Amino acid sequence: MKTTTWKRLGLVLLIASACLLPLAVEQYRTFQFTLVLIYAIAVFGLNMLIGYNGQISLGHGAFYAIGAYTAAILMEHGAWPYWATLPAAAVVCLISGFLFGRPALRLGTIHLALATFALALATPQLLKYRGMSRWTGSSQGIVLDKPEAPFGLPIDADQWLYYFVLAVTLVMFLLGWNLLRGRFGRAMIAIRDHPTAAAAMGINTAYLKSMTFGISALYTGVAGALGAIVVQFVAPDSFNLFFSISLLVGVAVGGLATIAGAFYGAVFIVFVPNMADQISKAAPWAIYGVFLIGFMYAMPTGVAGLIRLAGNWLWRRMGRKSAGER
Amino acid sequence: MSEALLTVAGLDAFYGPTQVLHGCGFTVPESGITALLGPNGAGKTTALRAICGMVRTRGDIRFQGKPIGGLKTESIARQGIAHVPDGRGTFLELTVEENLRLGAYIRRDSRTVSTDFERMYGYFPRLKERRRQQAGTLSGGEQQMLAIGRALMLRPKLLLLDEPSFGLAPLVVREIFEIMRAINRDENVSILLVEQNAALALDLADTTHLLETGRVVMSGRSETVRNDEAIRRAYLGL
Amino acid sequence: MDALLHQVFSGLATGGIYASVALALVMIYNATNHINFAQGEMAMFATYVAWSLIEGGLPYWAAFSVTVGLAFLGGVVLERVVIRPVENAPGLSAVIVSIGILVIFNSLAGWWFSYTTRSFPSPFPDSRPFGSSLLSYHELGSMGVTLAMLVAIYSFFRFTSLGLAMRAAAQNPVSSRLVGIRVGWMLALGWGLAAAIGAVAGMMVAPIVFLDPNMMGGILVYAFAAALLGGINNPWGAVVGGFIIGVLENLAGAYVVGTELKLTVALVAIIGTLVVKPDGLLGKTVVSRV
Repeated sequence: MKTTTWKRLGLVLLIASACLLPLAVEQYRTFQFTLVLIYAIAVFGLNMLIGYNGQISLGHGAFYAIGAYTAAILMEHGAWPYWATLPAAAVVCLISGFLFGRPALRLGTIHLALATFALALATPQLLKYRGMSRWTGSSQGIVLDKPEAPFGLPIDADQWLYYFVLAVTLVMFLLGWNLLRGRFGRAMIAIRDHPTAAAAMGINTAYLKSMTFGISALYTGVAGALGAIVVQFVAPDSFNLFFSISLLVGVAVGGLATIAGAFYGAVFIVFVPNMADQISKAAPWAIYGVFLIGFMYAMPTGVAGLIRLAGNWLWRRMGRKSAGER
Repeated sequence: MSEALLTVAGLDAFYGPTQVLHGCGFTVPESGITALLGPNGAGKTTALRAICGMVRTRGDIRFQGKPIGGLKTESIARQGIAHVPDGRGTFLELTVEENLRLGAYIRRDSRTVSTDFERMYGYFPRLKERRRQQAGTLSGGEQQMLAIGRALMLRPKLLLLDEPSFGLAPLVVREIFEIMRAINRDENVSILLVEQNAALALDLADTTHLLETGRVVMSGRSETVRNDEAIRRAYLGL
Repeated sequence: MDALLHQVFSGLATGGIYASVALALVMIYNATNHINFAQGEMAMFATYVAWSLIEGGLPYWAAFSVTVGLAFLGGVVLERVVIRPVENAPGLSAVIVSIGILVIFNSLAGWWFSYTTRSFPSPFPDSRPFGSSLLSYHELGSMGVTLAMLVAIYSFFRFTSLGLAMRAAAQNPVSSRLVGIRVGWMLALGWGLAAAIGAVAGMMVAPIVFLDPNMMGGILVYAFAAALLGGINNPWGAVVGGFIIGVLENLAGAYVVGTELKLTVALVAIIGTLVVKPDGLLGKTVVSRV
């Protein structure tokens, strides 16, 4: 069989086991895996910007927050059904990402890093702003109701949310995969690798870069909306600088410019703090820091790259063996 | 001929994976002027860079009998080799005087340094007029003078000059070459000169090595090279 | 009128602190073309060290000097060990590595010193000079310390040959090596100096904002704003920008947006500068060849 066939088979198996997962694990684990899927979407969005387009954002937590608050406000004050808030969050984040990316475009990585760093730090303050407290609940945040499984399905609310998020995740990744291997994706990569040449080839770099920023914010924002629905709570202080950095950790650990890496990164940022928390409240962050630096030195391709290397190695060994048998 | 100050043997040099010098070998005698000549791309500039540890090398480089291959650039400079690189390497945002002070950075004898300032201003009076000016505002010829002055402030035993005539008007070039002759005579410094302008270089240098595609194809006294019709036509286009 | 003047003066006092952190940022930027996002957390950590020394019984100024010395050494070591491998890496890796350092210092501080907020002593009397309402002794004193430090740094770079060599190494590393300057060490020294400057700024600001692992976050953003406003590659610009931002922040906090949106002032200043005048007030336009 060809490699691609194997890969497809693997993917199908993976999705099938993802579907069976909530039936096999306890409720709290189901919730954690739901979070993994949500962060995977957010990390994928950030990776489009950093890995595929060579830009940077230290403040993507802001777009996650915008998505989360959009969903929460629409549900709380507009009585929207939870699923209908996702497109709204997507549009709001696309526009705000596009507009934010616009001014920083003409400038290099450093200026973008500075501007987004400031954005990350200012986000909690902006969300607490008293002028908007009627909508945002100021520092109290907004508490939401948990959606129950529809159509009388025989599963509990956590399991239902898992399936709902899984479906959204599949759609988002399918769309993203299509985008990245198409014209737009090729142009993104061209800009990352040879900005001047890309401009000379007639790629509208300014538009493309801010559009990438917008789409990346859209992904992160949809994740934010899902996060609000699943956690049933939004509050300003959870969207601080360190939240933005944890998304960055997800990208670095998963591997720049890989799609699958988003999942490895998400697993890392959901489960490592859980385990490290037992040592000290500060331990998860110490580990994050070490991993950020370590991956930049040794393994810019992240876990995804590691797994790819291991897979190739296995593949070659197996190939050699079967050739020898013949 | 006196004992060699610098001996290069079997020198390979690389830019990344690309090999530019192939087993290059030549010597620079004590107290003379030596020229490295050859067509574009022969590896003349690379040879100077290799001596100063600015490119990856393999082979033997000895300065005053001690091997210097593989040393860091700054350590080689501290042994007494001053290099005026192509493009002159001026510290554009610093003043003329600061550029000269940097030349003497490794020297700790502040009294002799201040007399050296005066000597440099003696060779290059124009630098004295402009000593508080930003070096970036100098003309090309003045920057070349500044670069030579900066290199001499190191009190080197060997001065490497990479195309001192590049981009300068003929009158300025003649002036600089006159000064170089004087410096070689008065400062007890040997000079290794890379030049495009073969006629000028042959005039100035005692010894000449001809480089082609990374190899030394001929070495000899400059007047021999100058008088050899075949060599001139083949390698120097004169 | 008195109230306004008071805001301006205390703005100048905090502005001095922004100016020094901004100066540290610009120094590292000029030497390496990288921004050190960990500058604030390094300063915070140094301030904790000072706090431990004072708690341990050392007199204030002794603790102050020891901390500055330790911060300098720490900066040098950090450059040699952690930064060196990404020295020539693209901006992205360098940014991520410095974020990593930020995170590590922040968590170590939380781990060792706990996340509780502590008060930090001021070496200056706790009253107002001449019965004036414009400035407290601490504000006056910290302004004095900052200015003395700025003068010392200026003199170091202007009049010593080591300072000259550091400027040279930042501008033209290739030529610097050719005159025998150990460029790698100059970078490490630059980091050491920047860390020491940060430590002073941290100790001067801690009595006002109190000591906790997140105390420098806001200050770092103001320093970014200051450095950008002044021109990211101009040390003078950083200092001028620091004072401007300090006053602006105080006035905006008092009369325009209120204290709860103060950080947004910095965000707006940063984005405003990037949109209107990306090179800052005193910055040089850098044209790169392709």
